[in-house]
Amino acid sequence: MALPIEPRPAQPGRVLGRVVRRKEDPRLITGTGSYVDDLRLPGMLHMAVVRSPHAHARITGIDTGRARSMPGVRAVITGEEVKDLCGPMPVGWSLQGLKAPVKYPLALDRVRHVGEAVAVVVAESPAAAADGAEAVQVGYEPLPAVTDPEAAMQDGSPLVWDDVPNNIAARFPLSGGDIEDAFRKADRVVKLRLVNQRLVPVPMEPRGVVAQAHPISGELTLWSSTQIPHILHALLPGLLNVPETRVRIVAPDVGGGFGCKLNLYAEEILAGALSLKLGRPVKWIERRSEHFMATIHGRDQINHVEAAVSGDGRILGIRARIIADIGAYHQLLTPAIPTFTPFMMSGVYAIPALDVEVIEVFTNKTPTDAYRGAGRPEATYLLERLVDTVARELGLDPVEVRRRNFIKADQFPYNTVSGLTYDSGDYEGALNKLLEKIDYEGFRRQQQEARQQGRLLGIGFSTYVEICGLAPSRIWGALGAGIGGWESATVRISPAGRVTVVTGTSPHGQGHQTSWSQIVAETLGVNYEDVEVLHGDTAVAPHGLDTYGSRSAAVGGTAVYMASVKLREKARRIAAHVLEATVDDVEFQVVDGQGRFHVKGAPQRHVTLAQVAAAAFTAHNLPDDVEPGMEATVFYDPTNFTYPFGAHACIVEVDPEDGRVKILRYVAVDDCGNVINPQLVEGQVHGGLAQGIAQALYEGVVYDEQGQLLTASLTDYAVPTAADLPSFETDRTVTPSPTNPLGVKGVGEAGTIGSTPCVVNAVIDALAHLGVRHIDMPLRPSRVWAAIQQAKASGGGQPA
Amino acid sequence: MSQDSRVRVRIRVNGDVHEHEVEPRLLLVQYLRDVLGLTGTHVGCDTSHCGACTVLLDGEAVKSCTVLAVQADGGEVTTIEGLAQHGRLHPLQEAFWEHHGLQCGYCTPGMIMSALDLLNRHPDPDEETIRRGLEGNLCRCTGYQNIVRAVQAAAARMRAAEAAAAAGGGDD
Repeated sequence: MALPIEPRPAQPGRVLGRVVRRKEDPRLITGTGSYVDDLRLPGMLHMAVVRSPHAHARITGIDTGRARSMPGVRAVITGEEVKDLCGPMPVGWSLQGLKAPVKYPLALDRVRHVGEAVAVVVAESPAAAADGAEAVQVGYEPLPAVTDPEAAMQDGSPLVWDDVPNNIAARFPLSGGDIEDAFRKADRVVKLRLVNQRLVPVPMEPRGVVAQAHPISGELTLWSSTQIPHILHALLPGLLNVPETRVRIVAPDVGGGFGCKLNLYAEEILAGALSLKLGRPVKWIERRSEHFMATIHGRDQINHVEAAVSGDGRILGIRARIIADIGAYHQLLTPAIPTFTPFMMSGVYAIPALDVEVIEVFTNKTPTDAYRGAGRPEATYLLERLVDTVARELGLDPVEVRRRNFIKADQFPYNTVSGLTYDSGDYEGALNKLLEKIDYEGFRRQQQEARQQGRLLGIGFSTYVEICGLAPSRIWGALGAGIGGWESATVRISPAGRVTVVTGTSPHGQGHQTSWSQIVAETLGVNYEDVEVLHGDTAVAPHGLDTYGSRSAAVGGTAVYMASVKLREKARRIAAHVLEATVDDVEFQVVDGQGRFHVKGAPQRHVTLAQVAAAAFTAHNLPDDVEPGMEATVFYDPTNFTYPFGAHACIVEVDPEDGRVKILRYVAVDDCGNVINPQLVEGQVHGGLAQGIAQALYEGVVYDEQGQLLTASLTDYAVPTAADLPSFETDRTVTPSPTNPLGVKGVGEAGTIGSTPCVVNAVIDALAHLGVRHIDMPLRPSRVWAAIQQAKASGGGQPA
Repeated sequence: MSQDSRVRVRIRVNGDVHEHEVEPRLLLVQYLRDVLGLTGTHVGCDTSHCGACTVLLDGEAVKSCTVLAVQADGGEVTTIEGLAQHGRLHPLQEAFWEHHGLQCGYCTPGMIMSALDLLNRHPDPDEETIRRGLEGNLCRCTGYQNIVRAVQAAAARMRAAEAAAAAGGGDD
């Protein structure tokens, strides 16, 4: 069935910065995409995982006899055999003094969280594998579990790992400026204790893997629903003891990631190992209940904050103790994520002193790792709740307090107290644009009137900056990363003049096929439709560092742009030769949507890019110092991060009878630098807002005191539906990044980072006159209602 | 499960009649994906919450992970693969594309099938009706806003097409 996939009538060659129809969509809207679970290979076996029902227990024995004898079961592997199959799970980040206990893909003698993999069964069908897994008998001797990180740090607490005293995996201090001086000078000290609750990422496609080892050659192809095929390619061969030259990793269509697929998981290692062992393809598809217990969680910090504040609302310094509950062991980047928080803790404000200690604590829970924002939402939440609290305690307007503390537009590049250099920004500009869109004074009047009628309205603000474009490799290495931060791109022009782009980024919803095509079409003067983008397959795109941390546009997009320019320059040299002119006399121009080279001052003497490409391939008449072919590869390593920012406002109504929060308006002004495609940027903002609002109002992982996971399905864990969210009002300011030639910054996480404190600030604003100072997230009706009742009971309110 | 307990089903899927012997425990979604190879219908949860597996059964949206294949015996199923007609995208598919109603695309087939059911019942829905009508389908990428826009745009196009057809105009 041929579908009419009509190009949007964009002006040919003029596509950068405009809306074009996504190239990804025709397959995805017709059900012809290819996600991992859609793969069916001859002889394919299916893997099921036996998981721990206990938060903490000693394994007293595993009886696999019955499982092995069941129809269709081909293999059962437990911790006893796992060491023969693969190496331990790598930790991709180092910190001074980090305790990183050795962890294999299967538990060896002890389980440390509900859902930890204990054994796997491989069988001829998914049902046979599931039946086999049920038949594996595991003996457990339960041990005392620890689920509260503050309790875990106390002497005498149960130990998750016997050789990690007080369960402390790492301490990470970060300070700058003179904090003692700040507190000496302070007119007031404002204190807060905040819980940034644990979240589950929940991409709509669960994880999954298919491993296919060639039974004779041992070549291994592994398809995974992952954000990081290249990083897997760097790690898996060593763990499986296979030469990396015989391993190919493919990320096919990937149904969302949000950080949780920026990891190397036990199941990927085991599927690879078992395919190598059995000589047949092995497939594993995560069940949603497994996602809740065996895919990384996000956030989970307790913040003890105190700020030294002057009488006019200036923040002179922040002292904070961040207790990060990292769960039972390290996944790939577990130790890194909480350390990003202090770096961003001065935010959009000129705060002269900072003194933070991050304490990473093991508990009997699922490991934490990157979830959309990864350490930055925690910083912004802490800071924006703090600024609002400062305003309230000093009786100042929260907008005015923000203005007084802002880094000014003429102060960029700005060196923060935490050691970063913000590239560009205009925080007041974004705030001003936001205020134009909301009638602030009018709202305050409305709020007063509503209070007279017993209605509770509130407005919240959030002004944020985030760090994107990961990463300058040298800085990344100094921080502890096990990898670099560059990105690669190859651009090649066929003899017919069409373009293939090979990128090292690995999209999972972002639309890189679309946006990279836009960059190339614009730079080379070719039709958007004549550009193909290949990604996510290490055999096709051998060099890359994948997609996370809003890095792809700023680093990967820049690499694509630079490869296009490099190729254009080669073409110019060939064009000069063909036109019998000097290279300096030949100019590139896009005429009628077609890239061409002409002699300066003589536009009639020209050759098209397609003609040059043909000449490069026939090579009949090339300059002596020019190689045949039209292909260029660039490895781009950024010199700095990028720092998108924005200003958000949220207006809520709280029902005093039941504590329900309704968002009446959500207005977001974001600045992600130059924009490649406004529609894709808006889409990223929408999705980010949804997840940030979800943290504020709905989502939260709940464990009981024994470490049982009470939120293990979509029944218990409140991922918002369409009816739970408002329509967002979005706008932008544009402050290009000076860090890269495209001037782009990144937008994948902005909405999430900005929105969470904005919503909470709005709810507290609605309740502050009753005496409510803070409510920990998620602001479920029961919590809000209880806070109202408590405030009323203690008579803490002021007259409306 | 022994072969003896298999049950014969006859199901019309996207216009074609299929007959198979299936295990009674086989879910409709497994029948569509694993027996017929129609992998456009996705599985996103174990609890009938996410709606990624939504298809039309006898014209009504069902979560195909909650229906046994044997329950669909004698019925007529439409999946995302059957939506485009005569090589032409359905207005909902067009609108999702035009209005950026999808990012990763995993929820999209189920979302479109649910939206189709919604528009069959409410040809001119307001935003509230769309948001409530799609409550059974989770999307983690879009924040739903562009999905709402897409459904509104498709509704307008479908009404216009219907009006044109009623007036004796050509197709579409």
